[in-house]
Order: sequence, then C-alpha cells, then structure tokens
Amino acid sequence: MRIRRRSTGDIVFDILNNLFMLIIVIITLYPFYYIIISSFNDPIDLLKGPVYLWPRKFSVVNYIYIFQEKAILNATFITVARTVIGSATAVLFTAAFAYGISRKWLIGRKLFIKMAIVTMYFSGGLIPTYLLITRFLNLAGNFLVFIIPNLFNAYNAFIMYSFFKGIPVEIEESAKIDGANDIIIFFKLILPLSLPILATIALFNGVWHWNSWFDALLYGEGKLETLPLYLVRAIQSATASAAEAGRFVSTTGITSTSIRLTTMVVTTFPITIVYPFLQKYFVKGIMIGALKD
Amino acid sequence: MILVLPVVLWMIIFNYLPMLGLIIAFKEYDPFLGPLKGFLESRWVGIDNFKEMFMDKYFWQAFWNTIYYSVLNLIVGFPFAILFAILLNEIQSMWYKRFVQTVSYLPYFISWVFVIGYIYIILADNGIVNDILLKLHIIDKPIPFLVTPDFVPPIVVLSNLWKSFGWNAIIFIAAITNIDPTLFEAAIVDGAGRFARIRYVTLPSIKPTIIILLIFNIAGIMTNYGMFEQMYLLSNGAIQDATEIIDTYTFKIGIVLSRFSYATAVGLFRSVAAVVLLVCANSISKKLTGESLY
Repeated sequence: MRIRRRSTGDIVFDILNNLFMLIIVIITLYPFYYIIISSFNDPIDLLKGPVYLWPRKFSVVNYIYIFQEKAILNATFITVARTVIGSATAVLFTAAFAYGISRKWLIGRKLFIKMAIVTMYFSGGLIPTYLLITRFLNLAGNFLVFIIPNLFNAYNAFIMYSFFKGIPVEIEESAKIDGANDIIIFFKLILPLSLPILATIALFNGVWHWNSWFDALLYGEGKLETLPLYLVRAIQSATASAAEAGRFVSTTGITSTSIRLTTMVVTTFPITIVYPFLQKYFVKGIMIGALKD
Repeated sequence: MILVLPVVLWMIIFNYLPMLGLIIAFKEYDPFLGPLKGFLESRWVGIDNFKEMFMDKYFWQAFWNTIYYSVLNLIVGFPFAILFAILLNEIQSMWYKRFVQTVSYLPYFISWVFVIGYIYIILADNGIVNDILLKLHIIDKPIPFLVTPDFVPPIVVLSNLWKSFGWNAIIFIAAITNIDPTLFEAAIVDGAGRFARIRYVTLPSIKPTIIILLIFNIAGIMTNYGMFEQMYLLSNGAIQDATEIIDTYTFKIGIVLSRFSYATAVGLFRSVAAVVLLVCANSISKKLTGESLY
C-alpha cells in the first residue's frame, strides 16, 4: 500500500532532484566525451583552442600515429598480458585461501584468518618491499614482478570467504563419499558454483592490473613499460625539460597534447567497454563484502 | 590444507618479511653488504633516523600536507556521498535511478593517470577553463593553474570528489535500501513531508553506517595509496611544496635518493600514526555514540 499525495513542494523537489542528478551525470561523463572528440580533432588545429561539442577539423592522424608507435604497442602487449595472466592467477590463488578458511574443519583456520587480517592493517611499507623484490627475489626487470607480488589480497579473500561460507557442506560430503579429494572438490564443485564472486574479484584485479604503473616504474628497469606508465611519461613531459618532451614531438604534425589525448582514450577504452556488462556483478560482490562488517 | 598453505607461505614472504625488514629503520642500511647481510649486519644507529626526520622541515611539510588534504577530502567528500545517496533514493524512476548510479561509480575504475591527464589538458593555458573565462571576459590573460600552489587544494579535492563520490555512496545506498519501508509509510501517515522523512527516518536509520565509515576514514587519514598517485602525477617543480605528502616524500628519499633506512623510518612513523588514529577514532566514537569497529 502506498499513499500518494504529491504536493506542489514535492513536485518542485522532484524536478530539482532530477536536474541535480542530470548535472552529476553530465559532469561524470563529459571528461570522457571531451577527450574523445579532442583526440579526433586535427592536432595543429587543436592548438587554436579547445573543442566543446564536436571536432572542429576531424582527423584520425593521432590514431594512425599511435598504432605505429612501437613503444605503445609494446606497452599495450605488456598491459594486456599482465591483466589477463595476473587476474586469472590472483583469483585462483585468493579463492583457494578463501575457500580453505571457510571450511570449519581446517587445522589452523583461526591462525590463518588472523594472519590475513593483520596484513590489511600493517605492512613493511615501500622500502622493505622494494628491497625484498629487487635484492632478495631478484624480480626486477622480470615480467613475473607484475604477477607474483599481486597474487593475494586479503580484502578480496574476505569478500570471497563470506560467499564460500554460504555454500552448504553437504555438497562436499557427498563428493567425498564418491572419492573426490579437496582439490577436485575445489575445481569441479566450488569454483563453478561461485562464478559471480569470481567475476567480481577478477574484475577488481583486472582493473587494478590495467591501471598499474607504479610497479612498472619501480621494477621495470626501463624494459617493462605498461600503457599507464607510458601515459604518465607523456603527461609529465608536459612540464618536464625540453629533452624529455622531445620524445613526443614528431615531424608528422602530431603534438604532445594530441598524443596524451589519444593515449588516454586508448588506455580507458577497454574499461569503459566492459564496465556496463560487469557492473551488476561487482555491486553484488561489494554488497557481500559490506554486509559482513 | 594443500589449497591454503601456498598462500600462507606467500603471506610470510610478501607481508611478514617486509615487516621484519622494518628493523633497518633503526640501522644504517648498507646496500653493499649483500641482500641478507644488509639487514642483519648493518650498523645499529638507534633512533638517529627518527631524530633526523623530526628535524627535517620537508618531512613536516609532507606530514601536514598529508593531513590537510585528507581532512579536506573528508570534509567535502563524505557529506557529499551521503547527500548523493539520499537524493538518489528520492528519484522515482527506477530506470533513471539505476542509470545515474551506474554512471556515478564509473570514475572509480578509471586510473588517476587519466584524471590528472584530463586536468592537465583542461587547465592548460589554452585549455577549456581558461578559454571559457577569457570568452566571458572574466580574465584577460590565461591563469597558470598548474604552476600556482594556491590552486593545488581545490584541484586535489575536486578531482578526488569526481573520482570517488559514487563509489563511496554505494554503502549508504545499500543502507538506505535496507530500511524497513513501513517506517516511511508510517511517517507519511503522520504527515511527514519529503524533508521530514529524510530527517527523521532516513538519516537516523543510516547513522550506524555513517559512524563506522567515518571511523574508517579518519583512521585512513595517514594511509591513502590513491593519494600517492594523485599527488605524484599532479606535482611539478613550481608546486612541489604544495603537493608533497608523506608517500611522495618516502618515494623520493627512499627510491630516488636510495636512503633506505631513513625512508623506512618515515614509513614506520606513518604506520604507527595510522594505528594511533584508528584506536583514537574508535574509542572516541565508542564513548560518544556506542558504535565501534571492535
């Protein structure tokens, strides 16, 4: 039953509120739109002033340039590789732990849970981690430096944990009678039942990997440049010395601004494409995590 | 067991070994001793690194900037997320509501590199902001936003707001959705208008959520990884003093200048300050409102 008696005040409120939301939508989406139309504008023409709603002088030279630039292609390859391999391995690794601690019969369960909680609040910080990776493990300059240190994340583990807890134990018991061991149960029973949560965590990991540049800066040793790191250098060249900026000036009429614009479109494009399809999963996933507290 | 042990081993290596590594904050780490020996056999110097830190005016600058920007972000961002969640809940059209919400947290998934890149382009001398101000004859020559320290706080706060308000609102939206609808109906029967319902039903119902998140946010004032990216990317020679925070300071001292022990001491100080903040925020909230994290 719902009582509906809209007063003038209610109507005014609704109109203003809908307008407010519309403004929020525009402010949120316009940067993406602005970057896209600017990247399709002729670079030299763009120096005259910004475009607002539509390219003044349409041109695809930026994209032709970008897709021929070896550094960008290389960075794209590394970024795609680390995103795919990194999120797949991290999801499996984190899920294994989360599943383990969700089963009451696990020996040492309480200790492992505490160990994971501690990592959410304390860490050695930048320098000890840097020394560990560069001096002890010698991972600098190795592609694995993107994968191994990011295999596990306690927050993600606890989101998965609260999901696995809801899977009834009877399923495993019947499988055990049929002679299945823990590993078979995990891969053949638990994982297929948990696709929504796996998708959520995969998305979190994927986005994180896709956007990462700091570890590439720290451990890349110049040869493992990711797409966002390329963009970082392109942005910094805007205020850096002429020598550094020179890297982005070419004879083809491309400006450093247009390279920045186009790289921004390229780096953001995949996320904005997959986002609408995956967003309902991660909202569900984050709710599971939030309700636990 | 087979499933859990590799992760436990991983935690020991990647989380707990670096914690042990914190001892070099009390030593003068000698990188030439070799990996393990550097930690074990470097000379003990007691609290010299901390003494030096407390004497360094650049450290204090970074320290106050960290707190300043965190508090500014909190003052602006936190109420805005609550306001957005409440107003979104008042939208009648389900389709529009869902659309606005989906759009609102898209920026959370976009990298800081994009956000700062965009800021660089719109605030440039021939960027969109100066262009509009010039065309409206508010100014007669471009404002150099990106090299003026006074513009750093608004840029930091607004870009952070743009990136995170939708995401921060998710939990409030969830809390509002969980309110028993009969409460609203009863309020309507009692003659409560829009604002009265928000004030007497919605707000009190989500109060526990607000307090818990406020504790988290206050506790997080000293530790905010996202802020490193934002400040590092925004920084340039002209506004360096205004953009320096503890994370960028640690990075410069530790990685760029290779002063490992000193930078570790700075990091350790930050961690301790963060824990102190968490405990304080929690006990104050327990006393005042009865809500607490633990």
